[in-house]
Amino acid sequence: MPADREHFAENLFVSGHTACSGCGQSLAARLVMNVAGPNTMVANATGCLEVFSTKAPETAWGVPWIHSLFENASAVASGIEAALKHTGQIDKVRVIAQGGDGGTADIGLQALSGMLERGHDILYICYDNEAYMNTGIQRSGLTPFDAHTTTSPAGKQSTGNPTVKKPLVEICAAHHIPYAATASVGYPQDVQKKVKKALDIRGPKFLQIHVPCPLGWRSDPAATLEIAKLAVQTALYPIVEYEYGKLVKVMKIASLKPVVEYLKLQGRFKHLFKNEEELKKVGAVAEKNCEYYGLK
Amino acid sequence: MKKFLEGSWAIAEAAKLCRPGVISAYPITPQTHIVEHLAQFVADGEIDAEAINVESEQSAASVVLGSQNAGVRSFSATSSQGLFLMAEVLFNIAGMRLPIMLVCANRAISAPINIWNDQQDSISLRDSGWIQLYAENNQEAVDLMIAGYKIAEDSKIMLPIMVCIDGFILTHGMETTDMPSQEEVDKFLPKYNPPFKLDVNNPMSFGLLGDPSVYTEARFSVQKTFDDVIPMINKVGKEFQSAFKRDSVRLVEEYKTDDAEVVLVTMGSLCGTIKDAIDAQRANGKKVGLLKVVAYRPFPKAAIAQGLKSAKFVGIIDKNISLGSDGALYTEVKSLLNDSNKQISGFIAGLGGRDITITTINNIIDLTEKEENHCKFVDVKKELLWEEFHAS
Repeated sequence: MPADREHFAENLFVSGHTACSGCGQSLAARLVMNVAGPNTMVANATGCLEVFSTKAPETAWGVPWIHSLFENASAVASGIEAALKHTGQIDKVRVIAQGGDGGTADIGLQALSGMLERGHDILYICYDNEAYMNTGIQRSGLTPFDAHTTTSPAGKQSTGNPTVKKPLVEICAAHHIPYAATASVGYPQDVQKKVKKALDIRGPKFLQIHVPCPLGWRSDPAATLEIAKLAVQTALYPIVEYEYGKLVKVMKIASLKPVVEYLKLQGRFKHLFKNEEELKKVGAVAEKNCEYYGLK
Repeated sequence: MKKFLEGSWAIAEAAKLCRPGVISAYPITPQTHIVEHLAQFVADGEIDAEAINVESEQSAASVVLGSQNAGVRSFSATSSQGLFLMAEVLFNIAGMRLPIMLVCANRAISAPINIWNDQQDSISLRDSGWIQLYAENNQEAVDLMIAGYKIAEDSKIMLPIMVCIDGFILTHGMETTDMPSQEEVDKFLPKYNPPFKLDVNNPMSFGLLGDPSVYTEARFSVQKTFDDVIPMINKVGKEFQSAFKRDSVRLVEEYKTDDAEVVLVTMGSLCGTIKDAIDAQRANGKKVGLLKVVAYRPFPKAAIAQGLKSAKFVGIIDKNISLGSDGALYTEVKSLLNDSNKQISGFIAGLGGRDITITTINNIIDLTEKEENHCKFVDVKKELLWEEFHAS
């Protein structure tokens, strides 16, 4: 290994980048890359991950990596995959497209749908930190119900974000692709198992990873993993797997925890603790998830 | 071999001759025939390329961005609204120094929605960092495409290139076109071998964040390269001429300008009509000429100044308008000749497919000689204007 690449010997996404302390996304990116390995090309959407990992002339990526724009990572990856087919490398090189929740579920949804529908051999990874964090915590289609963001602020006539999370994994699964799943950085082995499983499948794959953002969620950077686990254990972040459009597996919750245990650790839900009625509504979201996905 | 071909067919065949490995486009009139023909070539195994049918022009441009960055020559085509939907990606492609080719079948911009020809679409993308060449006829379109890849892909250039072709007038027009053979094109156009690409054996990062400490230099380097594109067009033009015996790859064409007192300046298919008008006027002893601008980006200042050297009266015809200002070509030629004592006029014509006839051209020649005109719309139907509506 050449001297200038020695720092990639252990990890293909290395430290030295400028992510905030306790960033769930940077941790998840390292988990993903260590499973993906060196024969991987990555197309990254604009967002925190891109900004904190590749400020010229530095890069945290030990694999070929490209960033173009906010909404087009799926299409750029489609072009890379087509080029790998044309040059006969498609059996040796894996392609990953990735972005945040805004770049995936909102502005990039059309390009993602096109990529899934056309059947490209690409794994798309959505790092879901539940708001536009790079621009300063604005709500996205994946911001949870009643969360305070800078564009869904709690106020005298508002209890925060008025809508529930867009069912992104189901939208992807509805394309009847070989694999669509959710995971949480609170369960690193599950993340890595799913990345491995996805990369062993030829065709379009989708993985949505829940990644706490201490800055945006107003939470303790040391509590990132604890908070991620609580989202799963309170049924606010269902961990599910779809194959060819069918729900095949869910992560069962052994003892369901009350949603307040998750909410109380985050400043974005602080306003709810003066409002019993709203807390009940968040509890109802968890109950609905339990029922809908069969989590218990 | 000379063939009687529809413009779109000739363009598709020219694209095929350049051996792109990835083609991606989205249907839009009047570009559609180009991608239909290419799809058929792929379906018939006549071209070894991946054809990606995307869900939008935004994705078409993004797909070729990805494939070209992975080291494979790539091709796209679009028009009008499609070009605008690509706009964000096109600026990005230029900044990433990817020598992609895009054929723009020039069409007007909505509203009102209009599928017919003018050049507002590509002109509006003039600041994107793409080389822009405008074809007068189908033969030139074919020639500019084959030469265009060679210009764009030169390791000293590495900039994307847009070959602009008047929608319907050329794309749907039948003309005799001399199509080179695959062997001839293979001999002329080397394989694409970029200095940097996505490669697992040499991992690099592309599209990095350029903060204020580096951004200016990135833009400056593109601008500097455009200075090198001008001699590169001349160089490749000479190579093209010796290989194919045609002088179509050039910055400008001077048509009877040597002794001309009135010289018209424009781009694209309109030049054919103007040449006919000039021939008729010259038969009556009037000294008229045409300066056809082929390369609009880079803007060939020296070649344009040279072509207008003898002119006393210059009439610039734009099939576009920078609303609130003037026609784009007029603005730049006028700025170039600011210190001269020539009388320089700007005309707006042919918008949204309005025919420009020889009568219109003769009228423009008269107006050019008579007085200085700024942003003069020709052939405006006064009875359709709002003021007239209220007056009646």
